[in-house]
Amino acid sequence: MTHQHILVLSGGLSPERDVSLRSGRRVAEALRAARPDWEVTEADVDASLLANLREHRPDCVVPLLHGAAGEDGALRDVLETLDISFVGSDSSACRLAFEKPVASSLISGTGIAVPEFVVLPQSTFRELGAPMVMEAVAERIGFPMVVKPTRGGSALGVSIVRTAQDLPPAMVSAFAYGDTAMIQRFIAGTEVAVSVIDGTDGPRALPAVEIVPEGALYDYLARYTAGTTEFFCPARLNDDTTAAAHEVALTVHVALGLSDLSRTDVIIDADGTVWFLEVNVAPGMTETSLMPQAITAAGLSVGEVVAAFIAERK
Amino acid sequence: MNVEGSRLDPWVDSYATRAKNLSASAIRALFAVASRPEVVSLAGGMPYVQALSMDDMADIAAQVVRDRGPQALQYGSGQGDVALREQILDVTAEVGVHAHPDDIVVTTGSQMALDLVTRTFCDPGDVVLVESPSYVGALGVFRSYECDVVHVAMDDDGLIPEALQEAIDTARAMGKSVKLIYTIPSFHNPAGVTQPAHRRAQILEIAQRAGIAVLEDDPYGLLGFEGEPPRALRADDDQGVIYLGSFSKTIASGLRVGWAIAPHGVREKLVLAAEAATLCPSNYAQLTVSQYLATQPWREQIKSFQEVYRERRDAMLESLQAMMPTGTTWTIPAGGFYTWVTLPDGLDATAMLPRAITELVAYVPGTGFYVDGQGSANMRLSYCYPDPDRIREGVRRLSTVVEAELEIARTFGTANGTPGSLSAFGESSTPAPDLA
Repeated sequence: MTHQHILVLSGGLSPERDVSLRSGRRVAEALRAARPDWEVTEADVDASLLANLREHRPDCVVPLLHGAAGEDGALRDVLETLDISFVGSDSSACRLAFEKPVASSLISGTGIAVPEFVVLPQSTFRELGAPMVMEAVAERIGFPMVVKPTRGGSALGVSIVRTAQDLPPAMVSAFAYGDTAMIQRFIAGTEVAVSVIDGTDGPRALPAVEIVPEGALYDYLARYTAGTTEFFCPARLNDDTTAAAHEVALTVHVALGLSDLSRTDVIIDADGTVWFLEVNVAPGMTETSLMPQAITAAGLSVGEVVAAFIAERK
Repeated sequence: MNVEGSRLDPWVDSYATRAKNLSASAIRALFAVASRPEVVSLAGGMPYVQALSMDDMADIAAQVVRDRGPQALQYGSGQGDVALREQILDVTAEVGVHAHPDDIVVTTGSQMALDLVTRTFCDPGDVVLVESPSYVGALGVFRSYECDVVHVAMDDDGLIPEALQEAIDTARAMGKSVKLIYTIPSFHNPAGVTQPAHRRAQILEIAQRAGIAVLEDDPYGLLGFEGEPPRALRADDDQGVIYLGSFSKTIASGLRVGWAIAPHGVREKLVLAAEAATLCPSNYAQLTVSQYLATQPWREQIKSFQEVYRERRDAMLESLQAMMPTGTTWTIPAGGFYTWVTLPDGLDATAMLPRAITELVAYVPGTGFYVDGQGSANMRLSYCYPDPDRIREGVRRLSTVVEAELEIARTFGTANGTPGSLSAFGESSTPAPDLA
């Protein structure tokens, strides 16, 4: 397969634009290194994209947009409409995965442990009275709890709430990123990310990455400032727990109908129970991101892995 | 099993303590979106260089290379080109500053002059008194030298002399060494206010009595919208004031040519510090500026900039008046690039920024202009770059964001606000140049 034209899409208008641009550059460079015979170009997602796609129809698109449009299935819908091949999950799978409550409910149905949660739009607080609603939520979920927007990544708008007093500002912070918030029981334990890639023999879990941030939360600073978080890959888990974490990630990948790649974030509590937190259909590929670490630990390279997805698509 | 963790940066234990807080920031990352054309950016302090004749600038650049290429492309003096230093005095004469060309050190933008003065004066822990709020780029420099930055209150006439005196007394009572009073007296960034003459005299008197050097940052002094340019502090005290100037706003920021005018002893130190930092400023940029000043009607060009910015200031103020919710207030700049907005009770400009970006409008949250977490109710809006129609559209979008945020604040009873992050850009961090 020679002279393939591969288009890496990154950027967009989401709050994760900066992360996406970095992911895009990293993957494009890795692809060029892995397949020097391919023409790898990069583009932002803007008003010129459709004309660009029609005029320079790529053989395959690698969507590396994070946040809405990139991960909610909308862009992939457009690519499907144009009948342009792309790496990653199709639009309908993305729609399921990107909505955290939808994905959590589906995964819960498979028997995987999911921390109890409630989902409330801003309008509910306004119409029913925020103090009463927050009190009811606190009684149901208990402290500490995690408040986050139902959509989006990079921990933007995410807070760990330990007291009732901290709940209102956490809600305000989450609503800055969307109109609906997910309030979830906090599970103390070991934070682990398990990446899954599809291969000729089906989906395969890569070595789990254990995340030990300096502070309480693996937040934006901890994610994108090298040196502020310690990673262990493979994670410091016993064999049974490792197998359980891998099994959770594989189940999530299959249950949601995901393709090529996904990254499932879990928490493993003191009893060894693996709790599903969320799944990413366009995992970060920056210098400090989790999936590239897992790829490297598996003895692979980002360029080879993505090139294999592309080859499989053709 | 791999028991060795990785922090993905093999040098993490080698960095200086002062580098520890140079970190990623979600707020800063949001500005990646602000650069997109769909977004009306009221954030950036970028001068409207399109007002220049690009044909003329191309001719000047060509002349410099063609006629003085070997000099332009060579190392130069650490203090800066002599002819340019003489021309700079023609410019500073407009604000009453007269000096000898030897008193000038040409720098790579006045930002570098800020760095040189700070490294020359300040040891870790030394106090630098700054306005409240203050220029974010200066705060970044002061903190990178581990200064103890203390904010001093301002009002609509800028730095309050009584508050300055009190801050000096308090710091000294604590046994601290106060090294600099940093001030932007004219068309302040970010506050948009200007010190009247009587207040300048009071500030100078306090500084002289206390024996503290004044660091006067005056990039906007010639960009007033009415009357004569305000007389610089340096015009009335050539021994106690270090004056920083820049061509970034009066010609073009991309040339990166600024300067410091300092008393003899200070200037000697600055030259040596400059040579240690960069050997010399760019000869090419200096000769370009010099050629521009020699061949172009630069005073007329500054008037043209004033007109552009005045029209945009008017569009901004009229839009704010027409559209912003009750309880929002702002300063009335008589020049420069910025107005400083105070949001209604309970709103946090830093927390609101993601919503603003979603609505395709950007501003700089007020916390970026403080080192101590103040400013959460404030934002800086700039009118220098977007045209009046874009400014009106930006303020319209912003007003809907503020309305939505007010509703959330009412819903959750956060009427007294929530503490802002320590800085909108992360500690010890200077924002991207186009936001400074």
